[in-house]
Formats: sequence, C-alpha cells, structure tokens
Amino acid sequence: MLNGLLTGAIYGLVALGLTLVYGVLHIINFAHGALLTLAMYAAFVAWKVFGLDPYVAILPLVPLFYLLGYGVQRYVIGPASRGEDSNILLVTLGLSIVIENMMLAIFRSDTLSVQVPYAMEVVELGPMLLGFPRVVGFGVAFVVALVLFVLLTMTDTGRAIRAVAKERTGAALVGINVNHVYAVTFGIGAACLAVAACLLLPFFYVSPRVGNAFVLVAFTIVVLGGMGSVPGALLGGLFIGVVESLSGLYFGDSLGQIGIFLIFILVLLFRPTGLFGAKA
Amino acid sequence: MSTRDLVPILVFAAVAALLPVFVTANTWLNFAVFTLIICLAAQGWNILGGYGGQYSFGHAAFFGTAAYATAILQVRYGVNPYLGFGFGIAAAAVVGWIIGALSFRSGLRGSYFALVTLAFAEVFRVLANASEMTGGAAGILIRLDVRPENFQFASRATFYWIALALVVAALVVTRALERSRLGAQLVAVRENESAARALGVDALQVKLSAIALSAAITGAAGALYAQYFLYLDANIAYGTWISVEALLAPIIGGAGTVFGPVLGGIILHGLSEFTKSLVGRIPGVDLVIFGILLIVVVRFPPREIPGLIRMWRGRR
Repeated sequence: MLNGLLTGAIYGLVALGLTLVYGVLHIINFAHGALLTLAMYAAFVAWKVFGLDPYVAILPLVPLFYLLGYGVQRYVIGPASRGEDSNILLVTLGLSIVIENMMLAIFRSDTLSVQVPYAMEVVELGPMLLGFPRVVGFGVAFVVALVLFVLLTMTDTGRAIRAVAKERTGAALVGINVNHVYAVTFGIGAACLAVAACLLLPFFYVSPRVGNAFVLVAFTIVVLGGMGSVPGALLGGLFIGVVESLSGLYFGDSLGQIGIFLIFILVLLFRPTGLFGAKA
Repeated sequence: MSTRDLVPILVFAAVAALLPVFVTANTWLNFAVFTLIICLAAQGWNILGGYGGQYSFGHAAFFGTAAYATAILQVRYGVNPYLGFGFGIAAAAVVGWIIGALSFRSGLRGSYFALVTLAFAEVFRVLANASEMTGGAAGILIRLDVRPENFQFASRATFYWIALALVVAALVVTRALERSRLGAQLVAVRENESAARALGVDALQVKLSAIALSAAITGAAGALYAQYFLYLDANIAYGTWISVEALLAPIIGGAGTVFGPVLGGIILHGLSEFTKSLVGRIPGVDLVIFGILLIVVVRFPPREIPGLIRMWRGRR
C-alpha cells in the first residue's frame, strides 16, 4: 500500500509532463511513453559507459531532454500537425514507433537493469520497511512538482506558457512567440521524463517497450486528475499507485493493471473532465 | 452501385488471383497471405477511420475477439470451423457495437476516442492473458488436421485465394458503402458532425453502424489469422501491433478510399521485406521505417502516397 503510494509519485511525475503538454498544446502525446523509454536507456548508458550513478545522471539528462523535446516539437510535431488534432495523433504515434524500434534495433529486446549499492537498502519508518530508491523517488517527484509550480506561477516564461494555454490568439497578439512557447512546454515535459527515468532506474528494468507500461497509466492519471492540472497529476499519480498495488494484491499480478484500465475507461466515459478538472 | 464501379475491383482480383501461378515458393506465399490478412484488417479500420473520421487505436479488440472466438469454439466445443468463423465475425461486430455505444454515447471523439479504444484493447489483452478459457499466457493451439472441411488446406495457394476472396469482398462492401445513403451520412459526420445532425442525420446511429461493420471486417482478418497460423496468444490477438498496422496501411495508402488500405498494406509489407533483405534480421528496423513514413506522409498534405505522386506529377 505504502509502496504503491511511493511508486505513485513517480507515475505522477511521468503524468506531469503529459498533462503540461496537454494543458498548453491541447495535444495528446502518444510519444510520451517512448520518450520515457529513451530517457531510461540514456540513463542506463550513462551508468554503463560513463559510470554515472542514475541520480547524478539527472543533471546532464535534464537539459539534454529539454533540448530534445524542444527540437521535436519545433521541427517535427509542430510543422507536421498543421494544427489538426488527428494529424498530431498520427505524428506522435509515428514518433513513438520510431523511438521504440530504434531502441529495439540498438539494444535488442533483452531487459537491462543497473546495479547500484543502495538498490536493496531499506528505510525504517516506524514498523514499516520502505525501499530506499522508492523513498528518494517520492521525495524528488514532489520537489520537481514544486519547482514546476513555481516556474509556472512566478516566472515570465511560466506566465507566457499559461497565457498561451488559455488563449493562443490573444497571447500571439501581445507579442508572445507561440511556437516557441509550445516547444518550451514540450521540452519541460521531456525534462520531467528524464527525471522520472533516472528515479525509476535503480529499482526498475529497461526494455524497448517499458514506456508502454507507463503510458496508459500516465493517461489514466491525466484524465483522472483533469487534463492540464499539475496538482491533479500528482494526486492522480498517488491514487493510481495505490490502486495498482491493491488490485495486484487482490487479483494477483497478471490482473493488477486491469484496475487501472477500468478506471481509465470509466473516467473517460462518465467524467472526461477528470475528478479535479474544470467543467468543460 | 453500377457495374462500372466494380471494374477496377475485378481487375485487381483477376491480377492478384494469378499470383500463385507464378510464385510457388512457400515463403513468398506465406508473405502474401499475411499481407492480405493485414489488408483485410486495414479495410475494416478504413470504414470507421477513413470514411467516418473516428480514429480507433484499438482495432486489436475486434481482431482478437474474432480470432479467439474461432479458435475456442473449435478447440473447446468442437464447432465446425466455418461456423466458428462466422461466429467470430459476429462476435467482433457485437464487441464493436458495444464499445461504440459506450464511447459514442458519452460523446467521445478525436483523441479521447483513440484513447478509450486503446484502453479497451488493453483490457481484453490482460483478460485473455489471465483467463483459463483462452489458454492464458501459454496461448491456444488449433489441432493440425489438414482437411478442407476443417478449414485447413495442404496447399498455401488455396489459403491465398480464400484470403484474396475476403479482401475482394471487403472492397465490394466498401464500394457499396461509398455509394449508399449510410456512406454519404458517414462522410457527412466525418466532415462536420453538428452540421450533419442539423440536416437530420442520426449521427449516433450512423457511427454505430460504421463501427459494427468495421469491427466485423477486421474480425474476419482475425479469424483468418487464427485459421492460418493455428496458434494464438494474447499478445498476438490483442497486441498493439495489429491496431497499429490496421491504422498505418489506410493512412499511408489513402484513408477513405476503396483501394487505400490494400495499397498501403502492400507498400508497408513490401517495404518491410525489402529492408529485411537489405539489412538482415535486425529487429525493429522495418518498423522505424514505417514510423518515419507515417510522419512524412502526415507532414505533407494530401497525406497519402497516391496523392503525393499526383502532386509531384502535377508540379513537373
């Protein structure tokens, strides 16, 4: 249960990037899972080749993925979509196919994992023993959410992002470069993924399809928390983490994820604005 | 529908039917049958996605349902395979109608519809992977018993002709739909749902008919797959791969056209064989090319390869 809560925070972090991109660009980014996979492989390579601890690898990977996300939105998704919903769906799907299979071609389908000395360490919290990497993940996820919140509310960039999210034409009229803001938002979303990947790596495996395990979960969290809502994403993440560990407990491992999908379908059918979302 | 509408379809059928006369190597016939199965699944997607504009990311739900229904009826209940084939298609249509009723009634469209169909397919996959009935993770095997009355044939060419007949039937259905009232209403809903409703089109009913027909055709592909390969597991039947293939082929060949899915299917699989022969068996390389092709095709209107060729010709 508590472990579910801890994993949930990282789910929340993955969903954070997705919800931000949705809130501002109003696009559903199918490549999100594949980008997470890419980030996990990047962190793995950093550990294997350069001997960087996954937590240290956050430092170089965040700017790297910010730039990558910026470039992908500015030069691939933006021009290809021409503002049409269905085109964005298809382009991000295409991107996810490309990324996933490039990883497959390079690393093959074996699952890889890193060995770090603290992977098995536990933190004692009263009567409970908690995995050390999960506790770190939980803490960092909240720090990232806080930083993001400050960024969005206090800085000029954040104000521009929120302006574009609310009223694109109006924002363009007062001199905001909308395409730049879109790309920045996408970059921030990708940077969140880089953090999530580094936090996951010490206690999770990497495989070319690992992102898929997270992407539907992330979508569930995003619709649950209300599309575009930052606190919604975090709360939704915690909730889903708990649901997953509970349904895994009751239905067994093979059916564990079904609880998530059912919640997802039910929320989409009956309350597509999410539990915390504004009325459409 | 006039006879003139049927001429291109008959020409295609005649040319394609001759293939086994020239090609006898089993690997090539295997490849041809597999391509036809994908084409059929894509033709199903094209009804809902191409003509109706409702992009499903979960056509695996229909493919897998029909495949499992065919296999389970035979293996567990000894039902005649041809009958099972029909039941499979009917089961897929019912599942399509139910998913459609749930999601269209709630007013889901665009990305939300894509997401909910994806989630439905995943639910089916997880269930099939865990259930006793479907053989769980080990999968289900249809007993090899090569007799025509068992829907199993010694010659791959026979299977090729059956698959071709189904593809041609789907071409005819698509053409008939294009010429029918339902087809016109479906296109109207795709172009502007509110306007179509203002003109008295029952949009919900139109979309439900479309998704049921679409699911039935993709289901036929699934049932054929089960009967040809005689083995299924959850990741084959309900895997994302078939949802993606069913969507890629019409988009690349021309969504909302009669020949689009078939053309797209042949282009994709021809390309994939070609890359395999070029770079050897590195897994994933062919799919990387599919993905790039998808992005490029979407990037440049008119968003389909025949259209791109027309435009390029016009420019010269």
